[in-house]
Amino acid sequence: MAELLPGPLTETAAERFQAGLWRENPILVQALGMCPTLAVSNTAVNALTMGLATATVLLASALVVSALRGLIPRQVRLASFVLVIASFVTVTDMVIEAVAIEVHGALGAFLPLIVVNCLILGRMEALASRRPPALAAFDALGMGAGFVLSLLALGSVRELLGYGSVFGLRLMPAAFEPWVVMLLPGGGFFALAALVLAFRWGDSRRALRKGAR
Amino acid sequence: MIDTELWSLFVNAALVNNFVLAYFLGICPFLGVSGRLDSASRMGLAVSFVMLVASLCAFVIHRLLVALDAAYLELIAFIVVIASTVQLVEMFVRKLNPGLFQALGIYLPLITTNCAILAVALFQTQRGYGFLECVVFALGAGAGFTLALVLMAGIREKLRLGAVPDLAQGVAITLMLAGILSLAFMGFAGIGVAS
Repeated sequence: MAELLPGPLTETAAERFQAGLWRENPILVQALGMCPTLAVSNTAVNALTMGLATATVLLASALVVSALRGLIPRQVRLASFVLVIASFVTVTDMVIEAVAIEVHGALGAFLPLIVVNCLILGRMEALASRRPPALAAFDALGMGAGFVLSLLALGSVRELLGYGSVFGLRLMPAAFEPWVVMLLPGGGFFALAALVLAFRWGDSRRALRKGAR
Repeated sequence: MIDTELWSLFVNAALVNNFVLAYFLGICPFLGVSGRLDSASRMGLAVSFVMLVASLCAFVIHRLLVALDAAYLELIAFIVVIASTVQLVEMFVRKLNPGLFQALGIYLPLITTNCAILAVALFQTQRGYGFLECVVFALGAGAGFTLALVLMAGIREKLRLGAVPDLAQGVAITLMLAGILSLAFMGFAGIGVAS
């Protein structure tokens, strides 16, 4: 599990953005924030909505927490973070219900569960509460992008193998027998395990190449 | 009649729709604390207890907020109550049983961000459970969480003797195990679904 604390103070905004995308990818490297997300990654659309909702909440809460970082006493910081996050989740939940009611139905109780996404609370504690808003925003953007991309990959793989389509678009030949297991909860675990394995394999190959040079 | 319904609700929450293996709730402690059997079982018990208390509080809060016509505050109210419940439980345990407090350590405060607990509160409200049903549902969910955690810890303790490839060490192998466990729990789908 990667280190949660922020890097040196000299880190620039661009570096923070990249870190979230790859080196500290929240799902594949840190294994954070999986709880409410694995459940809805059975199709690409659900995964994308959930990812975007989480990323939005993350960005908004990071900005507010970072702006208030001088005012929040240390003893009640966790409760304050949770309150900020819960307010934004409530807003996001209402917006999605107003804009896309079918997706809202499919996501069900899992949208409110973004509140307890450890990724968001982790970023507040580790970075947003100690850095100025601009840096916190870039960190949130990077983490959010990394989160959305990995979730989208997970959702696409599960939909492709489970239904033979991606975003409702049929890609597999007609003779393709759908793998029902990919739609079951077990398939979510397997697909994520495969993604983590692939990510680590690619990373180790890159490290090897660097070492050989 | 009412007894069989409650019983099927319990079996449903604990086995058929196991919180960890069917709903992916509480995955973080499931991956993090399942390394050793003793800490896994203690964690399971602590979570079950907080679940029960939180479920009772959520029942009252829901009634109150509906009476006040302020249901949109539910999420914020739930999370605040859960956080303070955890804080209260922590103080009680420290006062009454310092040994247990030492053993639970950091896991006790971390229960606040356990999605399974908030989920119990949200699900029971959504499905409109009555008081007794809430208690049974929370007990079943807690039992299911503890069962999954203990099973996983048992497997991982055995796994330490096996040769796992370096690449799959840690998260990846745990996820694969969880997948297999989840498939095994699908076998319960035939029982307890009276509704």
